[in-house]
Amino acid sequence: MSEQSTGSADQQDERVPAMQRLLDNPFLLLFMGVATPAALYLIWGVMELSQVPLAQ
Amino acid sequence: MAVDAQAPARGFYEAKFRTCPETGLKVCAQAEALIKANAVVAVVFLAVGGFFGLLVALTRWPAVHLLPADWFYLLLTAHGADVLLFWIIFFEMAVLYFASAILLNCRLAAPKFAWLGFILMLVGAIVANVAVLQGESSVMFTSYVPMQAAPHFYLGLILFAVGALIGCFVFFGTLVIAKEEGTYQGSIPLVTFGAVTAAIIAVFTIASGAIILIPTFLWSVGYISHIDPLMYKVVWWAMGHSSQQINVSAQVAIWYAIAAMLLGAKPLSEKVSRMAFLMYILFLQLASAHHLLVEPGISSEWKIFNTSYALYLAVLGSMIHGMSIPGAMEAAQRKRGLTNGAFEWLRKAPWGNPAFSGTVFSIGIFGFLGGISGVVMGTEQLNLIMHNTLYVPGHFHATVVGGTTLAFMAITYLLVPLIFRKEIMLKKVAQWQPYVFGIGIAGISLFMMGAGTLGVSRRHWDIGFSDAAMSFDYPAMAFAMMTMNGIAGVLATVGGLMFVIVIVLSVFFGKPRTPEAIAATPTLGAGGEVVAQAGSETHPKLPGTIILVAVFLVAFVLYYYVNWKYLSEIWPLS
Repeated sequence: MSEQSTGSADQQDERVPAMQRLLDNPFLLLFMGVATPAALYLIWGVMELSQVPLAQ
Repeated sequence: MAVDAQAPARGFYEAKFRTCPETGLKVCAQAEALIKANAVVAVVFLAVGGFFGLLVALTRWPAVHLLPADWFYLLLTAHGADVLLFWIIFFEMAVLYFASAILLNCRLAAPKFAWLGFILMLVGAIVANVAVLQGESSVMFTSYVPMQAAPHFYLGLILFAVGALIGCFVFFGTLVIAKEEGTYQGSIPLVTFGAVTAAIIAVFTIASGAIILIPTFLWSVGYISHIDPLMYKVVWWAMGHSSQQINVSAQVAIWYAIAAMLLGAKPLSEKVSRMAFLMYILFLQLASAHHLLVEPGISSEWKIFNTSYALYLAVLGSMIHGMSIPGAMEAAQRKRGLTNGAFEWLRKAPWGNPAFSGTVFSIGIFGFLGGISGVVMGTEQLNLIMHNTLYVPGHFHATVVGGTTLAFMAITYLLVPLIFRKEIMLKKVAQWQPYVFGIGIAGISLFMMGAGTLGVSRRHWDIGFSDAAMSFDYPAMAFAMMTMNGIAGVLATVGGLMFVIVIVLSVFFGKPRTPEAIAATPTLGAGGEVVAQAGSETHPKLPGTIILVAVFLVAFVLYYYVNWKYLSEIWPLS
């Protein structure tokens, strides 16, 4: 199925790189994919709007 | 259906499988039924929404000017909801189930919940359509407050969103099952990773929708007295524009899938392609800020950082995919011996197969028209030339229709024989369909962007201002552009109708795929099984792709600077 499966036993024992572990973890990606735009777009945007003074 | 295997005893239900005679993959019966249901309903909404789109285009055609104003706004609202939300997200649910249960060779998680999600989506879509067609909810796709729709309009959208969210979690659950049951080793296939990207963006999109649509629903029934229009816009666009980024991710996954299934193409570097998808996961949603570039009360820092997709990191992702997919095709074709010159691999590609031609049109229209115009429009200063003009729908008809819809149409030509197990009927019509639809949509996009550049505002019933107290004259060229937009709209409708007729006839009246038919006309090309595998291509030289990418970059740079020149002329600073 994958390239890794054709590797030798030594290769299989090799430590999986951190970036590969990240990309193989859909729930960590889900967290990052929700938290990043929530912080950079939504929270930052709402904070700026909340500082706009109300018309008198 | 032939039952080949039972699910492990520890499963919550006894899954039935068949083995696909074309791909060799195990196909979960529940997943297959859900793919069929979602795809069929999606095509129904495409047909309905496309018809509304034709009426809108004929109204914008100055010489025809078909509909009165109230019907124009009513049908523009219905057109936006049906094709921008319902057609696309129903089809995306089919893509999620295909990319998980089918490509990972496993059973679908919680099929009863998946059916509940489907029913909620269907009920929500019908309720929202009824609300719009009753005439009390002509608030456009954006439904900006203080314009108020009927409560069941918002309720329909909320039900639809909840159903889609359930579908996303069934998809994630299926990934867990596949890993636990060891139906794949190493990393998931790249196509499935693309679907993961789409599902993650969908969760953010739907959560943002819940944050804004639930209070708006309560406001419509009188429980909340006031919703701040600017706050509404900021949060609504986290849903409204991000929903289109689900499309981008799903369509790119489909491009990889079709390249693999037809040509046996593997990505040039799987790691780089996954990193490009990671850029999507993190930053693609930020471009929602496009729509707020002229709003007061928000800083330029927020606007520039967000509209640039975090300083163009997600654009970089798209450009990686835009190079990787043609490169993968070229590498696969060269391996097959098509090595003469720079473009023999492209000339001798399966252009008569609508799945291939549709994919190439989709990549071209999305990249050259939608991608370049999107970056130009997302530049804060340049945006002033075309903000809220017809340039905006011109741009998103290139991305959502030319890019996403055409990609979805292309893969449908493979899903019908593989999942519905029916022969494609009217093969000549099917062969021509992507060309007719692609040319029509490219025309719509170009002419709307042209009219927008001349200042024609979007969502305007009558650009002649025939009954306005104060008249205004657009340049004659703008009227010519709108006429050509109408003609292109008719052409695109013909292309859409060809698709609907071919698919409906094939699904309901097509001949079953017999072993003889499969042997005579296999759906997959040689090496097509790589769609369910991880791994990279190793071909070293790709001159054709280098030339295509260079042409794209030159077009990008030229158009970008032409717009700066244009800005300097209409807004002189000296």
